[in-house]
Amino acid sequence: MSTPGFLRIEDLYKSYGPKRVLDNVDLAVERGELCTLVGPSGCGKTTLLRQILGEEFPDAGTVHLEGRPLGHPDTRRGIVFQRYSLFAHLTVLDNVLLGRQLTTGALERWRRRREFRDEAMRYLERMRLAEHAAKYPHQLSGGMQQRVAIAQSLILKPQILMMDEPFGALDPDTREDMQLFLLELWEQQKMTVFFVTHDLEEAVFLGTRIIVLSQYYQDDRGDTPTPNRGAKIVADYQLPRAALSTDVKRSPEFAELVARIRREGFDPEYRRHVREFNLSHPHSFRTLTEDEQRSGAGG
Amino acid sequence: MFGIHARPAGGLRWVLAALPFVILVLVYTFASDVRHRANPSDKILPTAGQMVDAVDRMAFTRDTRSGNYVMLADTVASVRRLALGVVLAASVGLLLGLNMGLFPGLYATANPFVTFVSMIPPLSILPILFITLGVDELAKVALIFIGITPVITRDVAAYVARIPREQITKALTLGASPLALTYRVILPQVWPRLIENVRLSLGAAWLFLIAAEAIAANEGLGYRIFLVRRYLAMDVILPYVLWITALGFAFDWALRTLSRKAFRWNVAGEKT
Repeated sequence: MSTPGFLRIEDLYKSYGPKRVLDNVDLAVERGELCTLVGPSGCGKTTLLRQILGEEFPDAGTVHLEGRPLGHPDTRRGIVFQRYSLFAHLTVLDNVLLGRQLTTGALERWRRRREFRDEAMRYLERMRLAEHAAKYPHQLSGGMQQRVAIAQSLILKPQILMMDEPFGALDPDTREDMQLFLLELWEQQKMTVFFVTHDLEEAVFLGTRIIVLSQYYQDDRGDTPTPNRGAKIVADYQLPRAALSTDVKRSPEFAELVARIRREGFDPEYRRHVREFNLSHPHSFRTLTEDEQRSGAGG
Repeated sequence: MFGIHARPAGGLRWVLAALPFVILVLVYTFASDVRHRANPSDKILPTAGQMVDAVDRMAFTRDTRSGNYVMLADTVASVRRLALGVVLAASVGLLLGLNMGLFPGLYATANPFVTFVSMIPPLSILPILFITLGVDELAKVALIFIGITPVITRDVAAYVARIPREQITKALTLGASPLALTYRVILPQVWPRLIENVRLSLGAAWLFLIAAEAIAANEGLGYRIFLVRRYLAMDVILPYVLWITALGFAFDWALRTLSRKAFRWNVAGEKT
């Protein structure tokens, strides 16, 4: 049976203790998408990422990549964190090489050492970091460190590259540079990226598709006793792929889009009903339970 | 000069550092002089000349009975025991702590026991060690080992457990097996911490060594001090104490230098 979704999440629930964080989340991401996930702080973006990454497991529901269920972290998924992605005791080159070194036996590692080294250097050149190969991470700026972390993840050619607020600790200028850099890289490599951020403008600027996760919505489960609701995907749509320039951020269309998403996902006063979510992206899918959407309740 | 805004410059800093030492030497010399004027054969506060004579006798003259240089033989015996105990403790502490910090099952198994052992005052089990292991080298090394291993283990385990979750996830996404994660990714990051810990443990190691030597030994720095105590030989004890202090200082300096030279990545002291 062919179900859509290169990465496919179905009926996913996750609670921490009594507090439900993710509430019946469905998501399908296709190969080659640059999918950005935004939402108000504390809505469960990182929790969702952890379920995909395999750091934690859902209470219910499934996560599949290329039709196969996902377990603990492995080489199918690459990850770039906001911090701590690099190993402080390894040089830049060794950090990039690490994936190759960990996945080959001692003999092969020795036979192909030159090939691996050249490959790692090619990645560093693409990251414009070749001259820093012998340095240690603490000798690099924040933006450079994140570029090394991206190269480190890409060398094993993961099926999906996950990024958790990767540019969150950078100053605004470096941040824009890195956004452009990521877009260029994405165009060249045709990779699948799942990018988590709390910065709405960043999400709109980068993504080919934006997914808004939010706890601000309403459904038919009633309000008494206080329902224990977690976040859902409240909006999911295609973004116009604009030119590779940050000028687009100054355009009125961009501002309008950002304002719309901010209202849909970030405004506690504005709660749409589950039936009215804007899930217009062609790959979007969702299944609701009876309780969430009573057939009897008027529309 | 001592206000909170004071920034003592280079030369002045040295003068300030030397000040307490100078005062100590002056007070001692004065007191020693007073006592010797009252009683020329005083042994409690020997003069500098008497101490030089004693060092000459202990360190630079062959012992008539054994034909050895006594102070050298004492130093070799003590340092060997100390090194053996500390190296064993550091090895076991590193391996155990590393694995405890990474594998929750092992932590649950070993942590209560290690904590329990660390609460036992090591000196209180010295008699047990002498009874079971004999009064030779083994009991002394064992005392040092038992005394400092739990501290090192617990510190390494806590340090490893504090390594950000991200680092472990990252290594796993780069294909690390549990074994490779432990020994190729995490272990190299623990070395500087281990060395720092050994530096702090050296003081305790000396304490255990000297206590064990005081009770039963044929040679050793601690043995000598407690032996000559019977003759109130302060002219030997004081130079020995200074010598032990100098050795401790040298070891500490050597470890610090090693750590700085071998782990250049750690110089910033920041994790990336």
